[in-house]
Amino acid sequence: MSLKTLIQRLLFLVLVVWAASTITFFIPRISSKNPIRERFAELARTGGFSPQDMETIVAAYNQKFGLDKPLWQQYVDYVSSIARFDLGVSFNKYPKTVWELIMEALPWSMALLSVTTVLSFIIGNLLGAVAAWPRAPQWLRTVATPFILLQGVPPVLLGILLIFFVAFRFKLLPISGSYSIGTVPSLSPEFMLDVSRHQILPALSLIFGTVGGWVLSMRGMGVTIQGEDYVLFAEHKGLDGYTIFKDYYLRNAMLPQVTGLALALSSVVTSGVVIEQMYGLPGLGTVLSSAIQSNDFLVIYGIVLFITITVATLMVGVELLYPLLDPRIRHE
Amino acid sequence: MTTIAISQPQVVLQPGRLTLLLRYLRRNKSLAIGLLLMFALIAFTVIGLATIDHKTAYPLAVKPKQPPSAQYPFGTDFFGRDLLAAMVIGMWQTALIGVLAGALGTLIGVVLGFISAYFGGFLDAGIKGICQILTPIPAFLIQIIIAGSLDRRDVTIYTMAFVVVLLAWMGPTLVIRSQVLTMKERQYVAVAKLSGTGDLGIIFGEILPNLLPFIVAAFATQVFAAVFVSFYLAVLGLGPLREPLLGNIVWAAQKQGAFFNGWWWWPVEPALALVLILGSLALINMGLDELANPRVRRTE
Repeated sequence: MSLKTLIQRLLFLVLVVWAASTITFFIPRISSKNPIRERFAELARTGGFSPQDMETIVAAYNQKFGLDKPLWQQYVDYVSSIARFDLGVSFNKYPKTVWELIMEALPWSMALLSVTTVLSFIIGNLLGAVAAWPRAPQWLRTVATPFILLQGVPPVLLGILLIFFVAFRFKLLPISGSYSIGTVPSLSPEFMLDVSRHQILPALSLIFGTVGGWVLSMRGMGVTIQGEDYVLFAEHKGLDGYTIFKDYYLRNAMLPQVTGLALALSSVVTSGVVIEQMYGLPGLGTVLSSAIQSNDFLVIYGIVLFITITVATLMVGVELLYPLLDPRIRHE
Repeated sequence: MTTIAISQPQVVLQPGRLTLLLRYLRRNKSLAIGLLLMFALIAFTVIGLATIDHKTAYPLAVKPKQPPSAQYPFGTDFFGRDLLAAMVIGMWQTALIGVLAGALGTLIGVVLGFISAYFGGFLDAGIKGICQILTPIPAFLIQIIIAGSLDRRDVTIYTMAFVVVLLAWMGPTLVIRSQVLTMKERQYVAVAKLSGTGDLGIIFGEILPNLLPFIVAAFATQVFAAVFVSFYLAVLGLGPLREPLLGNIVWAAQKQGAFFNGWWWWPVEPALALVLILGSLALINMGLDELANPRVRRTE
């Protein structure tokens, strides 16, 4: 890969980050809703202070958050604070900054999403490749069909049905939460086992919900590759089936799938956010949804921006890794 | 001695359009099953809308927390809504959001895709660039911000559809753009151009009719995406809270700990309904894809 493409991709990344932060800056300011006013109106209703004081409080907060400055200056401040990883403070959990909240929740989300994405990618591609491989045994080829049917069902719906059948009806696994109520978090093996038992259902929902897409696209890819001359040539050379499958067929069919992985990241994150919220796992999704419920607006913007930047960076990263897989690009 | 039967010139019966359609559906199984499911769902909603009392879909109308029984076939929820009525109205509203957002998104996509591909130049570079920059941004998260910036009391079914559309036109734009790019190089377009047809004549007379299968396929994809996204937004509590939208029912059930309290029917029913809706849309999509792209036709 030449230096020029590298710089091009990095410039593109900067552009994406800039676009995302500009959108998250302007949308709330276009809207008629004033989050600070709304938050304090809520507090005033529950009887913290008299309504007359509210105007003073709102004005003070507007000044604290710089909302009384002209729009362009707010915008410049905002972009420069993002460049310093400063996302502001949480209203609801006051002394904590948004960055601290994200860092607390991030390991949970990372663990769940990376494991499920990798597993789903591997299982889906293998099943799809086998389903299109004429020499594979018939029973193995039909294994893929039920997964293709699941393809249209969002992971969250699968999650509800899994909770119902596995956790509610047969009581095999816990309904929600990250560990059993009453246990003390520690590094003991029992606790670790308990935590992983709580992660099984969310992980299964995410895997079942995404694997069908990989099966389908890989099967389509496999059908195309089979007709290629180099596969025919390998067969005529008398190579054994395993070598042809691995080196001639799978490897070439994988290339577009890696691009697909980069494109799928944003939908994976989307489902992950909602799944975490539904199972009450301590990840970014749960922090985000509780921030939505309590009008904790800086947390909402911070998490959205953080996830967006992460996804965009990963996408560009996958693209930069592409030459490792495809020698044709490397030699250009 | 055998007599040789001289074959009479037979009148070949040209099959009617309906027979042809049915024959096609028999070959394109996913389209057939998808359409069948869709008709069943529409029938359920239409019959339901005509027969049920709409008031029972809203809180405090019936006895709360009743499991499915003869009187309430779908049970009732914590707030005293008859879930049968709530499901009927929720299906109707979900369909409304899907169709509205799908149609608007496709329309914007077709117009932008056309402008971009047909006129080219800096317009093309601009539209394509914006689409490419917006694509890596998870649209759902931006939609969370938009929906979260709205005043909760103002959120209606229509604002939901609007929020969904705002970030859902990039897909169809890129699809239509690439199709128009190949079509405008075809010979029939060149012939039309040489015979003096104007830009509008070529767009509406030559390209648009050939683009129709792609537009229909893009529309089906958009409806699927819109139902999907509006469901996720509602599950996070960003929907029109008063309405029994399917996602809202799930959100309310989760919030009241329906599974912990044993009210399993409350979240499971809307979930199953959505599985059916999205499943039928996915099957229709697959079928239309086969119709629109002859290359994927009959891969097996």
